[in-house]
Amino acid sequence: MDMNDYLSMFIDESNDHLQSLNENLLKLESAPEDISIVQIIFRSAHTLKGMSATMGFEDLASLTHEMENVLDLVRNNKLKMDNFIFDTLFKGLDALESMVQDIIGGGTGKADVTAIVANLQAIVKGDHKKDQAAGSADASATGNAGGGALLDQFQSSILLQSIAAGLSVFHITVTVREDCVLKAARAYMVFDFLEHNGEIVKSVPSVQEIEQEKFDRSFTVFTIASISEQELRKGIESVSEIEGATITQLDRESLEQLAGAAAVQAAAAPIANASAAQSEVSSAKAQTAAASATATAPAAQASGGAAVASRTIRVDIERLDALMNLFSELLIDRVRLEQLASEIRRGELTETVEHMSRVSSDLQNIVLKLRMVPVESVFNRFPRMIRDLAKTLDKKVDLIITGADTELDRTVIDEIGDPLVHLLRNSLDHGIEPIADRIAAGKSETGTVHLRAFHSGNHVFIEVEEDGRGINREKVKQIAIKNGVVTADEAKRLTEAEINMLIFAPGFSTADKISDISGRGVGLDVVKSKITSLGGNVSVESVQGKGTRFSIQLPLTLSIISAMLVKLGTEKYAIPLSSIVETGIVLREQIRKIHGNRMIDYRGSVIPLISLAQVLDSTTFREEEEHETEIVVIRKGDKIGAITVDEFIGQSEIVLKSLGKYLTNIEAISGATILGDGQVALIVDPNALIK
Amino acid sequence: MSEEIKVIVFGLAHEEYGVEVDKVRTIERMMPITRVPKTPAFIKGVINLRGVVLPVIDLRGRFGLPETVETESSRIIIVAVNDLEVGFIVDAANDVIDIDENSIDTPPEVVGGIKAKYLRGVAKIGDNRLLIMLNLSEVLNKSEIIQLEQVEA
Repeated sequence: MDMNDYLSMFIDESNDHLQSLNENLLKLESAPEDISIVQIIFRSAHTLKGMSATMGFEDLASLTHEMENVLDLVRNNKLKMDNFIFDTLFKGLDALESMVQDIIGGGTGKADVTAIVANLQAIVKGDHKKDQAAGSADASATGNAGGGALLDQFQSSILLQSIAAGLSVFHITVTVREDCVLKAARAYMVFDFLEHNGEIVKSVPSVQEIEQEKFDRSFTVFTIASISEQELRKGIESVSEIEGATITQLDRESLEQLAGAAAVQAAAAPIANASAAQSEVSSAKAQTAAASATATAPAAQASGGAAVASRTIRVDIERLDALMNLFSELLIDRVRLEQLASEIRRGELTETVEHMSRVSSDLQNIVLKLRMVPVESVFNRFPRMIRDLAKTLDKKVDLIITGADTELDRTVIDEIGDPLVHLLRNSLDHGIEPIADRIAAGKSETGTVHLRAFHSGNHVFIEVEEDGRGINREKVKQIAIKNGVVTADEAKRLTEAEINMLIFAPGFSTADKISDISGRGVGLDVVKSKITSLGGNVSVESVQGKGTRFSIQLPLTLSIISAMLVKLGTEKYAIPLSSIVETGIVLREQIRKIHGNRMIDYRGSVIPLISLAQVLDSTTFREEEEHETEIVVIRKGDKIGAITVDEFIGQSEIVLKSLGKYLTNIEAISGATILGDGQVALIVDPNALIK
Repeated sequence: MSEEIKVIVFGLAHEEYGVEVDKVRTIERMMPITRVPKTPAFIKGVINLRGVVLPVIDLRGRFGLPETVETESSRIIIVAVNDLEVGFIVDAANDVIDIDENSIDTPPEVVGGIKAKYLRGVAKIGDNRLLIMLNLSEVLNKSEIIQLEQVEA
């Protein structure tokens, strides 16, 4: 098996583990005493460490190892979680994520994580509280050094060892000519030359970035060369379009200066026991090996890396539509074949047709599911975002997500992420008040943001609701007038709802101060235009002092819902399962008449009985002749009603289809679906039945 | 200057009608139609045309002609006009012919009891064959359907 096969498995699993780490850390943050969560996190981290070590991603493994050390202490009750630890762990997670991203992109998964590692080590030693100040000083020192060329601990130790071994180490800054067309190619030629005559330990920017031309006019390389300075210079400058190279031979002292930050850190975190030191040495060796591997095969890397993330492919939605339509045709023929087979009664024919039926039902499931994705894939990044945002804003916020399993069309899922981020940021920044204001207003100090997704009728709704300060309509009006969105005269005539909608106008911002969270006035109008382009709608409801609710309504162009299929005489109808409470049978004598309306007893209350046949003008179903009537109890909000049907057929996943532009707004019908036998069945809109 | 246009000829209540061939998607045999409640009587319902749900109109009903039982020769002609796609039930789909655009005359006030605004004109083919050219966008005019519904209500 090719290494790439393992690699794609590794990537899939790492992503799973990272997601689980993220989720569980968030959970732990709300319940820091719960050791069982720590256990789960520990196991995930441990698996991740093992996997990355096996795959040779040493940076990933060593960072996970440090995180694991911290978690181990917590697990054994030797350490109590606090904010600093959480922040450091989250930072570690972010670093891990970017490393994995790098690997997916074909990179080596390397990243400079010394600051995080130092923090983690400080936590393990139990003196992070004292060291916090020192730690930040470290970080700033690192930042300074980063302006020139930054060497991490491992790289500097390699260089030091090389100097000690009598090899010449050079720090080379190469500048390409301003009119150079193929910067990356020239840089590659320089690298090629250096690799032939030694070993490149570190380059700034990284090899990948240079390959992608992500550098300005110069780049810096640390190399252990086997030739003299003159030869190096001659070699580099012989590459065309290179303006020049500054070559400095490094000795111990200058190296320490360059790697100053790393050295300081090493000093700040003295290696307490010998085994730790040893492991570091061994990882440093591995690092050398990895580094040389990186350096010698940059081209191979690019080609090998591209194949990694290809477990999914992008398919044009139109092709899926075509597939879907072709498949429905196939279904019709299947039913015909089944009929023929039952007439002809040949064993072999029947068997073949039965097999074909089974295969086509499997195929049907796949085709139907192909386009649909649960909104979870968008929602699952929000808890973390809210947490970080709440910290930055110094507010307390609970995010409650419901309906994450609601499925949405792939195209919509791809587009809905950014608008939701905008809305959530907006809710936190403008909606939820600072803690002091909340207490003053008699609210609990923790604000709540609800993120809901649900199907309703022909639409999917996504709502963002918070219990913050609500929209100040007077202020909205003033600003709208000031910014020229409306004139003063127009503003007077606006209804409350219209004033609310003003916040979606281009160039509108209600924040007193411009913050980097939101409030640059580019947020909400972008949200609105995006949703509109998806064929949807945004609305906002707000009660001042109580909170605001943004509601996004998205159409189901092609969406699958679970439905109950029922019969009315010869006709078949589908009732969306989402509005069905239960099904049952009532006897004729149980039906009562109140004010001429038929009602039945239902679990202690009296609910109206609606005749579906009457609503839909059914001519083939004689309800009066029924002694027992099948009923479907449906719900609209908190109202409940029962509808009478002829017969239940069963539950089924159906594909919603529109009736076309010619037939619109038909009472009590929200769309149509094509049944397995190729017939069209209409979908009843229960919301229209309960008034 | 004369321009030839291709026309699909179909039969309806002993008359011959024509629609331009580029407005016709396909011609289908009769297939099961699902009734849609709360629609005018001439809307027979919807069909599944290769995975797409399409409304079907009985042209006889639309033109106020007496409805008849469908026969072996009945067809559904699927037309597409102004992004509306609709099927017409006709008595028979007979022919595709070329006619001279200049031979289409403005229709007399009443042709076979159909309101003149649904007609584009009458084309004379040969000696005693008359072809009634339909004005599809008028036939599919939705505001009229709404009016009809209001009258019924």
